[in-house]
Amino acid sequence: MEQKTVLIIGAGMAGAEAAAQLADNGLRVLLLEQAAQAGGNVRNWAKLFPDFTVAQDVRRQIFAQLDHPNIELHTDTAVATLREHQGRWTAEDEHGQRYEADAVLLASGFTPFDAGRKEELGHGIYGNIITSVEYEQAILTGRLLTTEGQVPRRVAFLNCVGSRDEKVGNNYCSRVCCINAVKQAIEYKELVPDGEAYVFYMDLRMSGQCYEELYRRAQQDYSVHFIRGRISEASGTIDRRVQLKAEDTLTGLPLRITVDLFVLMVGMEPSTGTRRLASQCGIAGEYGFARAAGTFTADNLTARPGLFLAGTCKRPLTIPETLADARSAALQIIDYLK
Amino acid sequence: MKNFGFNISKPRGIDLDKADTSLYRKLIRHVPSLERCLMCGGCTATCSVNNHTDFNIRKCHLMFRRGQLDGLSAELDKCMLCGKCTLVCPRGVNTRAVIMNMRILLGGASYERRVSHAVRK
Amino acid sequence: MLLESSRTFIEFLQDTSLFITVKSSHFISFVVPFYLGCIFLFTVLIYKYVKWIQGIDPRQRHAMWRNLFTRRPWEALKETVLESLVHHKIYKRNPVLGYMHMSLAFGWFLMICFGKVESSIYNHSLLDDPSFAIFFRFFVREKGLYPGQNTLSFIMDFLLLVVLSGVAIAIIKRFHSKVVGMKKTTKQTAIDKVALTSLWWIFPLRLLAESVTAGLAHNGSFLTQSLGNLFVAIHLPLESIELVMWWIYSLDLCLFFACLPFSRYMHIFTEVVLIFLRKLGAQTTEEFNGYSMVQLNACSRCGICIDACQLGFSAGVDNIQPVNFVADTRYLRLTSEVLNDCLMCDRCVAACPVGVESTLIRQQIRAKKVDESKLYYAYDQAEKARKKYNVIYFAGCMTHLTPSIITSMKKIFKEANERYWFMDEDKGMCCGRPLRQQGFFQQADELMLKNKELIVSSGIKLLVTSCPICYKTFKNDYQLTGMQAMHHSEYIDYLIKYGRIKVDRSDLSIVYHDPCELGRGCKVYDEPRRVLQSVGTLRQAEFERENAFCCGNTMGNAILPSEKQQQVRDDALDMLTRCHPDVLATACPLCKKTFSGGNKVKVKDIAEIVADNLEKSSNFGGE
Repeated sequence: MEQKTVLIIGAGMAGAEAAAQLADNGLRVLLLEQAAQAGGNVRNWAKLFPDFTVAQDVRRQIFAQLDHPNIELHTDTAVATLREHQGRWTAEDEHGQRYEADAVLLASGFTPFDAGRKEELGHGIYGNIITSVEYEQAILTGRLLTTEGQVPRRVAFLNCVGSRDEKVGNNYCSRVCCINAVKQAIEYKELVPDGEAYVFYMDLRMSGQCYEELYRRAQQDYSVHFIRGRISEASGTIDRRVQLKAEDTLTGLPLRITVDLFVLMVGMEPSTGTRRLASQCGIAGEYGFARAAGTFTADNLTARPGLFLAGTCKRPLTIPETLADARSAALQIIDYLK
Repeated sequence: MKNFGFNISKPRGIDLDKADTSLYRKLIRHVPSLERCLMCGGCTATCSVNNHTDFNIRKCHLMFRRGQLDGLSAELDKCMLCGKCTLVCPRGVNTRAVIMNMRILLGGASYERRVSHAVRK
Repeated sequence: MLLESSRTFIEFLQDTSLFITVKSSHFISFVVPFYLGCIFLFTVLIYKYVKWIQGIDPRQRHAMWRNLFTRRPWEALKETVLESLVHHKIYKRNPVLGYMHMSLAFGWFLMICFGKVESSIYNHSLLDDPSFAIFFRFFVREKGLYPGQNTLSFIMDFLLLVVLSGVAIAIIKRFHSKVVGMKKTTKQTAIDKVALTSLWWIFPLRLLAESVTAGLAHNGSFLTQSLGNLFVAIHLPLESIELVMWWIYSLDLCLFFACLPFSRYMHIFTEVVLIFLRKLGAQTTEEFNGYSMVQLNACSRCGICIDACQLGFSAGVDNIQPVNFVADTRYLRLTSEVLNDCLMCDRCVAACPVGVESTLIRQQIRAKKVDESKLYYAYDQAEKARKKYNVIYFAGCMTHLTPSIITSMKKIFKEANERYWFMDEDKGMCCGRPLRQQGFFQQADELMLKNKELIVSSGIKLLVTSCPICYKTFKNDYQLTGMQAMHHSEYIDYLIKYGRIKVDRSDLSIVYHDPCELGRGCKVYDEPRRVLQSVGTLRQAEFERENAFCCGNTMGNAILPSEKQQQVRDDALDMLTRCHPDVLATACPLCKKTFSGGNKVKVKDIAEIVADNLEKSSNFGGE
């Protein structure tokens, strides 16, 4: 029997894990990645919640599987068009190169929210205002310092930047930021034990395994301050610090605080590739994410036979959820190509 | 003792068995988006009046919602209607409309009647 | 059967000698309804106009008396001809609609004029019985009685034809408004319907009456004579129906005149009154008064504002447009929704052929009852200017939510070596305009007084603001004598013009959005464009300047739900980005915030674009 080919768009966690599963099952896999390197968003991460696993260890473990005779990885390959004709799928990249396959797995993932769109929060306007992704990179390089090269004595984290916000058009919850803020606050306190960490939140959603426990530790062991209130404005002070305005909703009083570093917990948005391909294939759902055929039993399927979904191109997911989702998608594809 | 916000209700507890929330039900007929409020306090944080006083629009609305109306009218008069609150609300609540309508509802006069009165004169 | 009974009816009328012989006197009974109608009409008109003019602000009235002896009345006369008769503004917007209004108004007006000429020549007097001109063909049945009779009859027939064509378009418009290129037409009240029907019938009835007489007396011209001959050819009993026709014509005129002051057709006379009052210096004040009434009654309900209103075509709100608002106000059925659900963007006012300032009238009616002895904003204030500065910078409340405008302005001030005082950096007060727009005039005055105190005590002669809403009120309401208020786009234009800052041209493709308050509100159109042209390539938008779209987020509308605001915004964004610009430039923090939320194109304030493109190596102007 002729070997069937599966095209996977996006070599992040979902794409890589699904590729490994499909290859192990004797299918030929074409794995396309628009960046110069495979790895996706997780490449920017230092440690992962809830247990501070080193992110790059997990990544290496997953991506080691790509060294497989059935897998062909093409980096620097952004899919421009994706078409289906009589059950055969053809992807064409920006240089006109074509890739043919019997099934396609869309694993084009998310992109972090562009914090500049919340202008009042000052990102890109004043110094010492960074996103949660930039914070990870600072941890990764071991240099969590202010723009003046000082150790920040006081850091504030703000949840729901670009999530649960009608003003930027994203009404959904990105699910990972609450716990990530707890994790990042603990990381800060480990680096600067006598520093102060404040987490500003609207709701704290600690729904995953061990999340609540991590929250308790942040309170008990690290004295992280949690303030229920949304920061409305950030502005730079003359001494290059950041002044924040919020309401401490539990006392009902206005609150001002000046911090050395202000971290914006940016949410997840569909990547440009996800937006483009989902709308091209007629499966664009709310907010530009790709829409699955069903919520319960068809979460990896789409309205188009042969087109499957895995990972954060559908909605915000954590890494364990993404990996499980990729394996589930691989099973569905194997079943489809039988 | 420190004044917590502002003293608007004499009895400090809220008795929802006795509270009259009929005005709130009228209010949300005019501004349905208010039901979406999640009390994040963004409106109060950004409020221009808040730079000068302890005016707290979120709390005013909550007191209104709970039927605690004493002194609210005078408190609401502090608002300059500048509209910043509406601009930051993550739930798209039309906070300016909330304030305007609370003022009118607490004022009591029939608005339509005054409109025709002005023209008839 | 019917014919027979009507004949009996006419015989009965003749028997009771209701009809007086034609030639003996020019008086004939069918002129009575016409006269009654006229007398009623002019009594009501004079009563109303006197009352309304008395209601105008006394100071303005005195100024208007003085202006009576300048050239302003002549200008008013010219405008009356252009607008009330020729309807040239409607014509420019919509030729078919313009023709309809022109043929009805100007055609009818000319018919009255030429009719008067005809009767004056015949009677050798200018002061003959007015009804004689109206029913001329009935009275003057012979030909060759006076010079030019044929020509005049021809003109009268031609004018009648023109008016009839206008009536035809009006009828089509009423039932199929798309034919004349209008999206929607207006709602009618009962009295409007009677007036409308009687108006439509006036000219066909006149045609029929004159044709019947022409059939009998051969005194018609090309139109009426042909029809008269046709009546003869089909053996209509012309003798018996002639008087009936003239009676019906006169009754119809009477009906129309009686309805006119209470219907939309009140605009016919009121428009002229409005033009004169405006030219003489009447202005819309804060209080609803006689001048507001004149404006409300001058609305012809042409419906042009319906097509201009973005709430209508973007958000599906179809009952609040000025036509509806004006009618609702006149007929005392205004609801708070119709009153308050308005962006106050003034697109309708810019389009209004009559110049009804409906937005300001809304503001008047929004006026709220207040406790006059109360101080609303007796709280602590911003600090006064402590040093000597050259410029006051007032960012405005909204600008604090777009900090890149503030940082850009600081950069520009620094580059221009301007010593400025940032008045509302920390404890700023609102300018008062949002309150004013919602009818809280007393509160607005209180804020203005506080701000003015700070401004005046600083001794600074130039105020620069980043918010067009503030700008408009500083300019128009604050009465800052001896000093100038500028929007930052004007100020930057001035800095570039006098070489105080230098900018580099970039290859940026820019489309500019005129903020409502800056453009239509303060007529600042050229300065921002000049500034943008000096830093990049300015693309044209389909709707610009006075026709520019509103972003949908205004201080004027306090009740519009965010979903509808977004619909208005998205349509505006679609229109502005059709030329695929790199950046959408605005000059208003509110517009910037709104358009950024649409996430369709990079949105920047004009100050940011300039700050980004300041000449790299500039080191001039050091102290």
